[in-house]
Order: sequence, then C-alpha cells, then structure tokens
Amino acid sequence: MPEEEGPRAAAQGAGAPSDPDAALLTRLREGDEDAFRALVEEHGPFLMRLVMMHVPSRAIAEEVVQDTWLAALEGLDRFEGRSMLRTWLASIALNKARTRGTREGRILPFALLRRRYEEGGGPAVDPDRFQNRRGERPGWWARPPLAWEDPERQLEANETRDVMLKAIRDLPPRQREVITLRDISGWDAEEVRNALDLSETNQRVLLHRARSKVRAALEEQLEPKPEGANR
Amino acid sequence: MNRHRNGPITCQEMVELVTDYIEGRMDDSTRARFEGHVAECDACTLYIEQMRQTIVALGRIPAESISSEAEEELMAAFRSWRASTA
Repeated sequence: MPEEEGPRAAAQGAGAPSDPDAALLTRLREGDEDAFRALVEEHGPFLMRLVMMHVPSRAIAEEVVQDTWLAALEGLDRFEGRSMLRTWLASIALNKARTRGTREGRILPFALLRRRYEEGGGPAVDPDRFQNRRGERPGWWARPPLAWEDPERQLEANETRDVMLKAIRDLPPRQREVITLRDISGWDAEEVRNALDLSETNQRVLLHRARSKVRAALEEQLEPKPEGANR
Repeated sequence: MNRHRNGPITCQEMVELVTDYIEGRMDDSTRARFEGHVAECDACTLYIEQMRQTIVALGRIPAESISSEAEEELMAAFRSWRASTA
C-alpha cells in the first residue's frame, strides 16, 4: 500500500522565497569576479543538463550556457529579484536552447510540436494493455506490469541512465523541460511553473506525461524478458 | 475520461491519476477511491512503485558541468563585461 507523500510544493507559502544567491548578486553587481565564478559553479551544472536536452552536442550546449551567462550579465540591471536567480537563468537558457535546437534541426519548431503532441494528450500506458469492454473486468490490466529485475542496481547503471535520457530527449519540449527541472534538478512545482510560465494544472499534466513515458522506457529495458516470443 | 463520480476506478484510470496522487493534488473522495482500488490491485501497487522508482532514478543522474576551458572563456568574458560597464 503506497503512502501519501506531501508535495514538495506545499511547503511554499505566499511570497517569493528568499534567494540564496542574493549576497552573491550584490557582489556581482559590484563587479566581483569571485562572485561570478561562484555562481557559474553553482548553477552551471543544472544549466548544462537542461540545455543538453535540447541541442545535439555537448559543444553546442556549452556555447548556449555561455551565451546564457553573458545575457544574464547584460540583463542584470533588469533582474529585480522577483524570482530566484536560477529560475531566471533557466528561462534565458531555454529561450536560447529552443532557438538553437530548432536551427540545428534537432527539433521541430516549438509551436508545431506543441500543437502536434501536447494538446492532444495521449495515454500514459498503451490502451491494448487493458481489458476492453468485452473483458471480464473492463479497464483492468490485461497485461500488467512485471516487477523489474534488480532495480536498485539496474537503475544506477549507465546503460539505464542513457535509456532515461534518451526517453526525455524524445519528449515534446515542454514535457522535456518540466521533467528535467522537476525530477533531474529536483525543483519544486512552483518554481518550475515560474520558470516555464505554466499553470499549476498544466505543469502537472506535462509532468505526468513525461514521467509515464520515462517509466515505459524503463519498463522496456528492465522488465524480465519472457522465454520465447510471448507478447 | 468518463468515470462514475463515486464508483471504483479502473487500472486504466489509475495510470492517469497516479501523478496527481504522488504530487498530493487529489481531493479526498478521489483519493479514497484511488486507494481503494490500489488496495485490491497488486499490479497497480507495482505500477505506482515503479513511478516512484523512476522519479528517484532521475534524481540520481549525475550533474553535468561545463569544461574548465569553457569556464575560463566565460571568466574572460566577464572581465570584458566589467570593463565595459565600469
């Protein structure tokens, strides 16, 4: 029996949380190089992860991350601290990564993809895996999930990580952005909504689709293989 | 998805509600029906566990970082930015 886990977002009350980077930002505005280096080291890793989901190579990702920092420096006077610094950095990086990803031909134009995948929805699990109306219990599993083989070890394996990253790269952009920030970077729902300008429901729907697809990709990798060609 | 307001949910509905459940965004009556179903369905219990395992596994993907060359380029760019705004 699963236990209810309180949402991390529930801890977020009204008003902006105090930004852990406030002191560094003040020093940065004064031109302090060490403050800049500290911020780059603090936020560089999540920006790289986020951007790498959108562009075809590490080299391009590094360029986009560099451009993001430069744009942040140029725009520093306009950053009013109403959101956290990393939220703001994420929106700058995503704008650049989307443009770059489109130009490199890795992804379809954002608007087109959005229309194609995101308004239509799509089930979390293939409908064929459930009993149809003529079944004994319609809507119940016909082909239920099987326990994964040695999940603790397998889920840490590089091979499995590649499966997850590939599944995320194959998602429509909004789903990709939400799951990267929520589950890989560990942001709460509220902050992801702010960075991506999403409604609460929308954030959750995108996360749901994304997680369902990553689970399905893991299932394909980790489910015990039947002897013979059993479907 | 048309489901009866008070009836039991099916497995096919469970897989669409699981994120609302994990995120704690479910009203009391839906949660009672959801948990009622899961209590008698081992496959759905496993499905939820796999969703949680997925989330944990994603959170353990190691961080990426920019190369030290890229970082030094960035520091150089910072110095010219500072010079231009001084």
